[in-house]
Amino acid sequence: MGRYVIRRLLQMIPVFFGATLLIFLMVNVMGDPIAGLCGDRKCDPATAAQLKKEFGLDKPVWQQYATYMGNVFTGDFGTAFNGQKVTELMSSAFPVTLRLTLVAIVFEIVIGISLGVLTGLRRGKPVDTVVLLLTLVVISIPTFVTGLLLQLLLGVEWGVIKPSVSSEATVDELIVPGLVLASVSLAYVTRLTRTSIAENRRADYVRTAVAKGLPRRRVITKHLLRNSLIPVVTFIGTDVGALMGGAIVTERIFNIHGVGFQLYQGILRQSTQTVVGFVTVLVLVFLLANLIVDLLYAVLDPRIRYA
Amino acid sequence: MRGATHAKWAAGAVAVALAATACGGGSSGGGGDGSGVVGSSWGDPQNPLEPANTNEVQGGKVLDMIFRGLKRYDPKTGEAKDMIAESIETKDSQNFTVKIKDGWKFSNGEKVTAKSFVDAWNYGAHLKNNQKNAYFFGYIDGYAKVHPEKGSASAETLSGLKVVDEKTFTVKLTQKFSTWPETLGYPSFAPLPKAFFTDHEAWLSKPVGNGPYSIKSYQKGSKMELRKWDDYKGDDKAQNGGVDLKVYTDNNTAYTDLMAGNLDLVDDVPASQLKNVKSDLGDRYINTPAGIIQTLAFPFYDAKWDKAGSEKVRRGLSMAINRKQITDTIFQKTRTPAKDWTSPVLGEDGGYSDSLCGDACEYNAAEAKKLVEEGGGIPGGTLKISYNADTGSHKEWVDAVCNSINRALGNDKACVGNPIGTFADFRSQASQQKLDGAWRAGWQMDYPLIQNFLEPNYFTDASSNDGKYSNKDFDKLINEANAETDAAKAVTKFQDAEKILAKDMPAIPLWYQNGSAGYSDKVSDVALNQFSVPVYEEIKVN
Repeated sequence: MGRYVIRRLLQMIPVFFGATLLIFLMVNVMGDPIAGLCGDRKCDPATAAQLKKEFGLDKPVWQQYATYMGNVFTGDFGTAFNGQKVTELMSSAFPVTLRLTLVAIVFEIVIGISLGVLTGLRRGKPVDTVVLLLTLVVISIPTFVTGLLLQLLLGVEWGVIKPSVSSEATVDELIVPGLVLASVSLAYVTRLTRTSIAENRRADYVRTAVAKGLPRRRVITKHLLRNSLIPVVTFIGTDVGALMGGAIVTERIFNIHGVGFQLYQGILRQSTQTVVGFVTVLVLVFLLANLIVDLLYAVLDPRIRYA
Repeated sequence: MRGATHAKWAAGAVAVALAATACGGGSSGGGGDGSGVVGSSWGDPQNPLEPANTNEVQGGKVLDMIFRGLKRYDPKTGEAKDMIAESIETKDSQNFTVKIKDGWKFSNGEKVTAKSFVDAWNYGAHLKNNQKNAYFFGYIDGYAKVHPEKGSASAETLSGLKVVDEKTFTVKLTQKFSTWPETLGYPSFAPLPKAFFTDHEAWLSKPVGNGPYSIKSYQKGSKMELRKWDDYKGDDKAQNGGVDLKVYTDNNTAYTDLMAGNLDLVDDVPASQLKNVKSDLGDRYINTPAGIIQTLAFPFYDAKWDKAGSEKVRRGLSMAINRKQITDTIFQKTRTPAKDWTSPVLGEDGGYSDSLCGDACEYNAAEAKKLVEEGGGIPGGTLKISYNADTGSHKEWVDAVCNSINRALGNDKACVGNPIGTFADFRSQASQQKLDGAWRAGWQMDYPLIQNFLEPNYFTDASSNDGKYSNKDFDKLINEANAETDAAKAVTKFQDAEKILAKDMPAIPLWYQNGSAGYSDKVSDVALNQFSVPVYEEIKVN
């Protein structure tokens, strides 16, 4: 087990370098970022040259990358164009997005899995059909439509919530945005669980458990659900990364100043430092989430062992 | 039914949580006694909040609240009025003596002296400080030494600035510039307290100025709380208890918040809401002219556009654009069809003219077609209009302009839009003369003077003359106008120069941009100044 984890962690190193290099190059191709800092007019050439020098933009790309990576390992992610340290931006943005993601994941797990179990056990019954139809509707509606609609109905028409989230972004404010963010994944989780449960229901071990006279609840939670969760856990694990990086739309609608906001602004302003820094951390989150998913397999299914 | 019970529990939890969220809502309070706080939308300033480094509206809002300079532009008329300046005198339009008023202080208690100004201007001009508005100080003698085009600075301070005593300093300019004092209302010319230089980091995290407000708290990237400063010396004291600026990522969300009553003022009504704004807000929607003009610029570095006859093509293209239709339908009247190369906020006396462009700015399809043909047709057969696709929804109007041109010329391929991914890339290509065909150009004035609309854009090799237009007669008239000591005569000279633009058509004037804002019924007396910044100190909270 320990060796497996170490091997996986070592594998992350090339992925980390490859990903950062790619992003670095991509942001670089977008052209000269300094020109965008002076509005619709031309930057005064001397100041532009000075700024380029300060941000290291006058050097060749490979040298910029080397310097950047060197700094990253000392914990310095550079400075955004508005003079703020990228680490400062991260420390304000990541906790917010993390809370939002957690809210979303909780929704996925609680609602998604419960609905999945419910429909999986009652395949073909009216409940099943209704939930299936509902998930189909949720999957086919883009997030921004659900988001804007809920914001308008709950925020403006009924006045149940505030349409935008305050800068503190407390968990109670994040419930509606979290639900919106989770909606599509939630539908997938429901469907995955449903199929998996329906399939395993006829498995030999379930029949054995029932024949042994175990209470129904125990059969379902200990035997059926546990074995059916593997595809669902895989999905939720990869979804953590996707939710954190892909919350741009939801974050914009509800004015949440998280990772999506910083990335969007970073791209608009072509701030290499911000974009590369944030994406690097996201890549790490993705890799770690995947590792945890793989480790969870062994917990869920004793047949899987890591040597 | 166990599963179903679970689902019910989850639904119950959501309902409880929703109810809890509703209780968390607070709003700006206060009665009609001037203690109420205004909640206003904001965007993250692009640059650090230093006066000489702020060149956009979002940072400008803050500076307008916490700083007062020698002059201030009257929010209604745009006239530059003395603020801290007791007098600014000159005999030769080149050497000025500035006297400042008694009793002004920064909100940390420090006195505003002649040195506060001189130090601030020296800081703003010096190359090593990376101030994006450094060029404002370019008229002051010695600028070339502290801010050379290439290499490093050979002097620490501007030789044209001298402190005489605590209340007096003198300024020597590099050339005659009679209206120079009128430029001093721009925030870049604000005085700075000692703390700005001694503890710069701390100052940036909580700027201190001498304006009607002081900053109570500043969370970078999300929120700033400004409160009325009671010891403020000027007569434009704040009529409210303070202003809370909240950063919005998307102006649609800000608008929704205004609708829901969580916000009092939105100074950027999203384009998609312009259709509903009248029914949503009624007369709580303002749409007033701002000092911004939008044009189509042409590449004079490209021989195809700089030959005899091409001015006819440009004139023809200008006449092929149905400005009124586009401003009415696409912009919902938040733009006004342009009639010259300046802006209506200057007023007739300031040099605005509604007849200078004349027929060339009126839609006339038949004449347009004739002129383009006479001029030898569009170079290359197709006019490409470049714009940035990331912000500002430029695609819609560029497509509309192209449609208008194509219809007028009876040729489907006469004009086509050319989107460029990001604003930075667009600007970088434009400023390096890499664009072929026309591109969208905008000019937001620095100060309400006709000089500011003409010289930086059309003077030979001027800072924002991206198209490299050059005309000796135009340059000569601009120089003469700058040296003219009589303001009215200077304006006439500038207009004479502008008439040359009407003939050459180096850029097609499209429309003047308005500032738009909406506000809640909790506040009144809301107005925008010529820079489309809300006049916060006049807002009353009911």
